[in-house]
Amino acid sequence: MSRSLKLLPLALAVLALPALADPNLPKKGELGTTLKPEEVARWDIDVRPDGQGLPPGKGTAREGEQVWMEQCASCHGEFGEGVDRWPVLMGGKGSLATDAPVKTPGSYWPYASTVWDYIYRAMPFGNAQSLTHDQVYALTAYILNMDDVIPADFVLDAKTLPTVKMPNADGFVVDPRPEMKAADPCMKNCKAEVTITGHARKIGVTPEEQAPMQ
Amino acid sequence: MNGEKTTGGLGRRRFLTGSAKLAATGLLAGGAVTASGIVRAEGIPKELPDHSRYLGPGVTDEPYGVPSQYEAHVIRRNVEWLTASAESSVNFTPLQDLHGIITPNGVFFERHHSGRADIDPKTHRLVIHGLVDREVSFTMEDLLRFRPVDRIFFTECAANGGMEWRGAQLNGVQFTRGMLGCAQWTGIPLKTLFDHVGLKPKAKWLLAEGGDASALTRSIPMEKALDDCMVAFAQNGEMLRPGQGYPIRLVVPGWEGNMWVKWLRRLEVGDQPWYTRWETSKYTDLMPSGKAYKFTWVQEANSVITSPSPEKPLNGAGPYIIRGLAWSGHGKVKRVDVSTDGGKNWVTAPLEEPVISKALVRFYLPWRWDGKSSALLQSRVIDETGYVQPTIAQLREARGVHSIYHNNSIMTWLVNPTGEVENVQVA
Repeated sequence: MSRSLKLLPLALAVLALPALADPNLPKKGELGTTLKPEEVARWDIDVRPDGQGLPPGKGTAREGEQVWMEQCASCHGEFGEGVDRWPVLMGGKGSLATDAPVKTPGSYWPYASTVWDYIYRAMPFGNAQSLTHDQVYALTAYILNMDDVIPADFVLDAKTLPTVKMPNADGFVVDPRPEMKAADPCMKNCKAEVTITGHARKIGVTPEEQAPMQ
Repeated sequence: MNGEKTTGGLGRRRFLTGSAKLAATGLLAGGAVTASGIVRAEGIPKELPDHSRYLGPGVTDEPYGVPSQYEAHVIRRNVEWLTASAESSVNFTPLQDLHGIITPNGVFFERHHSGRADIDPKTHRLVIHGLVDREVSFTMEDLLRFRPVDRIFFTECAANGGMEWRGAQLNGVQFTRGMLGCAQWTGIPLKTLFDHVGLKPKAKWLLAEGGDASALTRSIPMEKALDDCMVAFAQNGEMLRPGQGYPIRLVVPGWEGNMWVKWLRRLEVGDQPWYTRWETSKYTDLMPSGKAYKFTWVQEANSVITSPSPEKPLNGAGPYIIRGLAWSGHGKVKRVDVSTDGGKNWVTAPLEEPVISKALVRFYLPWRWDGKSSALLQSRVIDETGYVQPTIAQLREARGVHSIYHNNSIMTWLVNPTGEVENVQVA
């Protein structure tokens, strides 16, 4: 067998391999600092609907009331009714299919875990991650109690929170878009009449134009 | 943005009328209107201007340059009544004054949820953990040792156009389509980073978390993450601006801007979505039935005429160029049609190169105005999937008026006989 024929299988094998990575690129695992589980735990604050991520601690709506009045009521209102444009957290049940839907945890949010997760990571607005785990459990219980999801003495903790069934848990469907069938768009004489149904200018809510700086 | 509230706030607007506005900007100075209605400027100024005689500032004057003083009106604007506070709010890109497909960094729209974080890159870390072979923290220096890619993509807030569901409400292209920008992003593909740390077999979802005071989090399917997402550190040739997530942000091409998590500090790999506040309470689309769409990630095809527009009135009869932008979160723009009679008749507008997948595309269509007739200007995009940009009537029929997000309907600009242009809706 000639030398070139002997080399043929090798050449074919090389061709069959995926393009070899540049050996000067970072090798797997070469960069970054490997973290210990306790280091990850300090940053890992998220909570899933099945309860994964919930820390130890507990609270009831009764215990939440004082924290609510001190930390939350100035924006969300004493009864969760919302001050000015700040979010309403109470009521709205049965409103989603009406002309004035009100989206609260009780009327709209599918999972109780989201309430815990969001309060802990971002509330109070401007002082994030300042509440203790017990306070967050108590506030979550307070909001869910305002919305008649759980009774005032219901003890919320890592075990019980995932068992709370939210009223609108089944209210969501996965994005079905595009709902409209693609049709060849009309180019000529597409409609007989065009009627103007509204002018933004007449609504009068556009911010006023400032004179150009010249 | 919250966007629920669609009325209220400010009193009657005193928008300058077309000719008054032009006079105010000095375009009519020394001009004359010809018999045919074309406005002609004075030929050559009589005096030698100062800038042709005296020295200008030297090269030490402006270490980081800013636009001409005569472009001071090209700024981001906001709508105060939209939100409870400026820290959790949005501002709008001045599309009417921009050219080409790249949005300058200084006027790129911003949407913050707890204000703009200002992060020292020396102390910043990107943590990757969960269903990975090695849980790891990267410094900025680590990230810069990976091979980057440069990619041009648009980003658009899901709520762009959200105030127009019930009817024409905000009188301007900036306020109705300006939660939009397009940039060249430089960063490391997520696939590169995940190859480096190793994904476990059950890795199906990714949670991205921001390092601002809202710690915004979104769940992203791993298939998308490995397809074209990246951790970007630069935008249009310079490091990200703080308002865009400095020192790093996620780039999620074609998907709603809220998922492009800014000030990115953590990527957790898991086997199911997290249902964070930003994918349940917000950024879900409520239907008339009371059910809501979830995981409405894609920004479907959209287009708008940027000039003429309410901010860019006409100045007498004659030739004009209808300028506009088109984009699609599903891929490439295939075609743009323009109507000047409210959708009765359409002509196809030539697309300007480059036409890049999931990026803004520019179209220019020459048009002649007689200086006295009304016109109803519209643009309609068709993308490579065959999707045709819908009318507002079609969208309302499918989704009602309470879904807030993903209003990509055809916009209509009414050209009045005076040359003024206004935002209207038509049936």
